[in-house]
Amino acid sequence: MEFLQYFGGVFEPLSFALLLVGTVGGLILGATPGLSPTMAVALLIPFTFHLEPEQGLILLGAAYTSTVAGGAVSAILLKIPGAPANIATTLDGHTMAKQGKGARALQLSFLASGVGGVLGVLLLIFLTPVLAQWALVFGPSHLFWLAILGVTIIGTLDTGSVVKGLLSGCIGLWLSTIGFDDILGAERFVFHSALGGGINIIAALIGLFAIPQVISMLARGRRTDDIEVIAVEKSSIFDAARELFGNLRAMSLGTTVGVIVGLIPGIGGQIAGLVAYDQAKKFSDTPEKFGKGHPEGVIAAESANNAMVGPSLVPLLTLSIPGSPTAAVLLGGLLIHGIFPGTDLFENHPKVAWTFINSMLIGQVLMVVFGLWVAGFAARVAQVPKFVMAAIILGLAVFGAYSVQNSMGDVYVMAALGVAMYFLERYGFSAAPLVLGLILGPIAEANFAQGALIAKATDGIVPYFFTGGLNIILIALVLLSIGFSVVMELRSRRMAQQRSAAA
Amino acid sequence: MTKTQNTIVAAAVAAIGAWVCYLSYTQEPAQAFLFPRVISTAFVILAALALAQTALGREQAVEGVTMREASRFLPGLVVLFIYVFWAANTLGFYTATAACCFVMLSLYDPAPHDQVMTWLRRALITAGFVAVMYGLFAEVLKVYTPREIFF
Repeated sequence: MEFLQYFGGVFEPLSFALLLVGTVGGLILGATPGLSPTMAVALLIPFTFHLEPEQGLILLGAAYTSTVAGGAVSAILLKIPGAPANIATTLDGHTMAKQGKGARALQLSFLASGVGGVLGVLLLIFLTPVLAQWALVFGPSHLFWLAILGVTIIGTLDTGSVVKGLLSGCIGLWLSTIGFDDILGAERFVFHSALGGGINIIAALIGLFAIPQVISMLARGRRTDDIEVIAVEKSSIFDAARELFGNLRAMSLGTTVGVIVGLIPGIGGQIAGLVAYDQAKKFSDTPEKFGKGHPEGVIAAESANNAMVGPSLVPLLTLSIPGSPTAAVLLGGLLIHGIFPGTDLFENHPKVAWTFINSMLIGQVLMVVFGLWVAGFAARVAQVPKFVMAAIILGLAVFGAYSVQNSMGDVYVMAALGVAMYFLERYGFSAAPLVLGLILGPIAEANFAQGALIAKATDGIVPYFFTGGLNIILIALVLLSIGFSVVMELRSRRMAQQRSAAA
Repeated sequence: MTKTQNTIVAAAVAAIGAWVCYLSYTQEPAQAFLFPRVISTAFVILAALALAQTALGREQAVEGVTMREASRFLPGLVVLFIYVFWAANTLGFYTATAACCFVMLSLYDPAPHDQVMTWLRRALITAGFVAVMYGLFAEVLKVYTPREIFF
């Protein structure tokens, strides 16, 4: 119950103000289609430099939580999911809104998000210290394999093509080696003076997540979307709460699916929402109502996508393996403050760790309260034309990248990586494994170098890295993640061929 | 066309992989390039695999960038490059941001260009945005951006 000692930190005036700003800002950003939670968190990182680590993390954590929930506003009122995690919400949420039950759909969505989110964070609270202690047994070879596992899991699960996913991870790992070698001080792959200090993770994150979005918005050309915002009538929150708890099966299914999906690195909220929706439909007494404005659909989808937020941070905070692209960005936010996840975080920086985790718990409550309050406004913000959003995001990206180290070099790197990523994404590559490679690369290399030194003094590199129970388990997991994804890819290709043959 | 585009991109990535691999194995001190050698070897193998899959049609070719899309985003991309690689460091950060924002809005706003209100709205959005950026970065975060010729 160590976390209880640090609850006071959340209520310090600046920390609480940041929690409020992050929650309300995240709800509005989340409701804006095209602004993904990952990009929102990446653009916020520069604002955390001048803050204490726990305060910076409170802001980022609040934004992460509420952007996922905020996406439901546009899913319900505009039929445009604010983020991929809200796709399943659109199915019944928008139909409810069209039936004049928009307010009820929003209330159910935020209440279900809050309940799912709180349970997810509770799991984070109780599971993380146990796993962090377990991480103590990890030596350099294990940490090396863990870093590789992080890249392969996201590389194989986050993309349509296993080879391209792993290749993206490799590109990220290579980018992380640019600059000066830490041990010998040798220059590596420095082709321009801007790369002398290596690639700054924050500038890279901003570029990789923001610039492709900007170009995608510009690719729509000179047109505006005629988006109709459905007006909402007033509705009793108490009736909504009664309806929510009257649908306990959908809520518990959604929360359970969200928690499980969150714990598995690389899967993400989109899958959580859709799987929960599907399961809720299967177990429902009235499956025929799904898709026609059934509250159970909204409850299952929204409890799932917020329940996965807390657990997605478990592998991050214990083993440095981010469970989602947004968690990878949060890892970047931790590293800039010189804090490493795992035992270091819980033993040397307990205030940072627990204040952050506790803030996510309080943030869920604030999200429910403010979510209902700002939903109407957020839906209006979601109507801001794409070309205006593009200009604003570009400006924020340039200022954010520059402010990392007051260096134009970071701005060049941000823009170059972002433009390259746009084209790579359009040809089947993915930003998430690339970012993971970039973030985990230094951890992998430091442990590889340390392991190589130990290996030289003992049995040699091959026995050191490839024998021992834990090494073998981790290598098996790496191979399993690749093998599983290859099988899934082959199966989906075969199914696509059968479909096209049948057509 | 789609397959050709996919093949060209896969070939470009493979070429970068081969070049990284070559540098990793030829640069000194070798100790400093130990990790890059491991990574670049995996890089080049995967890149070759991706190229083979694409060229042999073993992978579903993704749509890629269409000419229509390219013609739409190209003007914006040119503005982005001028802003980042020249204007910000020559004219000054805030001037360049204002100019970039205004040009971007003018290029992509579907409203008719011959109305005064359209230009006024674009100017107001630009002014508001730059004012917010100044408040956030110069006043709150105390970030000293390049002032150069203007501001």
